[in-house]
Amino acid sequence: MDNYPALIVIAPLLTAFLAGIAVWIRERLAYPIALTGLAVSIFSAGKVLMQVITSGTIQYRLAGWAPPMGIEYRIDLLNAMVLLLVSSIAFLNLVASYKSVDQEINDRAGSFYTMYLLFVTGLLGVTVTGDLFNLYVLIELTSLTSYAMIALGDRDRAPLASLNYVFIGVIGASFYLLGVGYLYMQTGSLNMADVANILSGIQGSSTVLTAFILMMIGIWIKMAFFPMHVWLPNAYTYSPIGFARVVAPLMTKVMIYVMIRLMITVFGFDYIFKTLNLSDAVVWLGTIAILSGAVMALSQKNLKKMLTYIIVCEIGYMVGGAWLGNQLGMTGAILHILNDALMTFALFLAVGNMAYRLKKLDLTDLQGLFGKMPWTMAGFVLAAFSIIGVPPTCGFFSKWYLILGAFEAGAYHFAGALIISSLLSAVLFFKVFEICFFEPMSKDHGHGESHSQVVIEEAPVSMLFVSGLVSLSLIVAGLYSGTIVNTIILPFLK
Amino acid sequence: MTDLLPLIVAKYNYWLYVILMMIGLYAMIAKNNLIKKLVGMNIFQTAIILFYVSIGYKTDATIPIIQNAHGGGSHGAVIHAADYINPLPHVLMLTAIVVSVATFGVAMALAVRIYQRYQTLEEDELRMRLIDIGPEE
Repeated sequence: MDNYPALIVIAPLLTAFLAGIAVWIRERLAYPIALTGLAVSIFSAGKVLMQVITSGTIQYRLAGWAPPMGIEYRIDLLNAMVLLLVSSIAFLNLVASYKSVDQEINDRAGSFYTMYLLFVTGLLGVTVTGDLFNLYVLIELTSLTSYAMIALGDRDRAPLASLNYVFIGVIGASFYLLGVGYLYMQTGSLNMADVANILSGIQGSSTVLTAFILMMIGIWIKMAFFPMHVWLPNAYTYSPIGFARVVAPLMTKVMIYVMIRLMITVFGFDYIFKTLNLSDAVVWLGTIAILSGAVMALSQKNLKKMLTYIIVCEIGYMVGGAWLGNQLGMTGAILHILNDALMTFALFLAVGNMAYRLKKLDLTDLQGLFGKMPWTMAGFVLAAFSIIGVPPTCGFFSKWYLILGAFEAGAYHFAGALIISSLLSAVLFFKVFEICFFEPMSKDHGHGESHSQVVIEEAPVSMLFVSGLVSLSLIVAGLYSGTIVNTIILPFLK
Repeated sequence: MTDLLPLIVAKYNYWLYVILMMIGLYAMIAKNNLIKKLVGMNIFQTAIILFYVSIGYKTDATIPIIQNAHGGGSHGAVIHAADYINPLPHVLMLTAIVVSVATFGVAMALAVRIYQRYQTLEEDELRMRLIDIGPEE
């Protein structure tokens, strides 16, 4: 009775089909079905995490086929943590989405929930799998559903933003697939552990180098690493808020996970940092990503778009940290996967609450919001402090590890970029706070005349509850970050 | 130059896939019409499918069905892997073809939505229309 690893992925997949069928009977059935599916996922992910912590890596053979031939699910501490993170965020967002989906896309709510489940299936599958080709298929499953979901948003701009994302996303996935092809030519295997074994004997091969570079570029495009980020801001800004809340924290973080998985499990540290010597260049790229993300965020006038540039900036943190080539940097990068997912989620939840009442999120629309929506704004402030890196919120601790790692590696430019970006995001968020707190609600609301009659009040209780819960979890994750590092990340890196 | 020609001839399958891929990439970057970009995207994906198909090929090998397995007599005969092409890359490509068809379908649906909204699929005209709608960001 140890089928929990499979259950994590199968539960949302099956319930996606069920929800799709249920929509034909009654539109409203889709929502409880989706909740059940994700609840099963969380439960299984929790069980798996406990099991991995107590008894080590789980190797699950799908349908009983042995690894080099069959597909293997391989769950170690890193996977298990990301699995629990993904399923919990997906579930909590579903709770918060009930009202906002009703308001935003109520004519297609059933299909929204169906695709939402497929999207989460893809993310969980990417995280759990131990097979390189399986990973490609699941990445594409995730991307295809997100193309469709983004197009459900803003009627004027979302389809075009989504189509641009399709073009770039296909290039990214194709590069990854090509890299897998080269790796397969050289090793004759697709199983990650098996490939790693064979690779340790043939490190000098130029085919392996080609494979490595192609796969990295593919994954970087998918995670919107700085020069390849152009699709992200528009796609996430114009998507429906119910989807933006889940895609913004999870999609990029899961791709970071894939990068770390490829670096540690498949190619190995020795190959990347001793044979290749690329790390300096990539850390520089990370530095540039951080600085340009922060500067571009400063120049935005729309709150949602500003936050999407902060995501671009945070990706620089994690890629740079992972490529520093020491344990501290890698610890920081892995801890930041967890922390950044939580704080981006908290930020977007607060933005979702505002969007529920405001409709338009230009910075000038936010005047006097502290008075109108105090609880939402409290959550927003906590999340913003975490992004800036104020202790004891969790953002401080991962940034601390990253800075220590940067000093140990002698990458002072990276440490400098981390500090400058903290300052820039402080400027950014205090600009928002100033508008929300000190500037009174303008009489005619700037545009149109009918708007002035709309009374702005707090968001519905379900959305507030989730928002508050996640914002508090930022402090909890901060206080327990020592425990997380000692029980999950350090044993994993050993 | 004398070294290059044998290299191209010996590995012509790689050269062909790279050329196809670049044609696709060129169309995706340089064309103004969204449907032409979509066609470019499809060429790009097909190039990779052809690459996979070509790496499964072996000289003088046949399709991967064991010869005379059902007739009498040859039971217990030694089977040489070199006599059969490698089926695995081809099987993988069945999945990749499904993925690329699905992507193409989603992209076409998006193009239809864009056309219904703006009555055009030319990128420069779309950009003008977006400016007309007014600054949203």
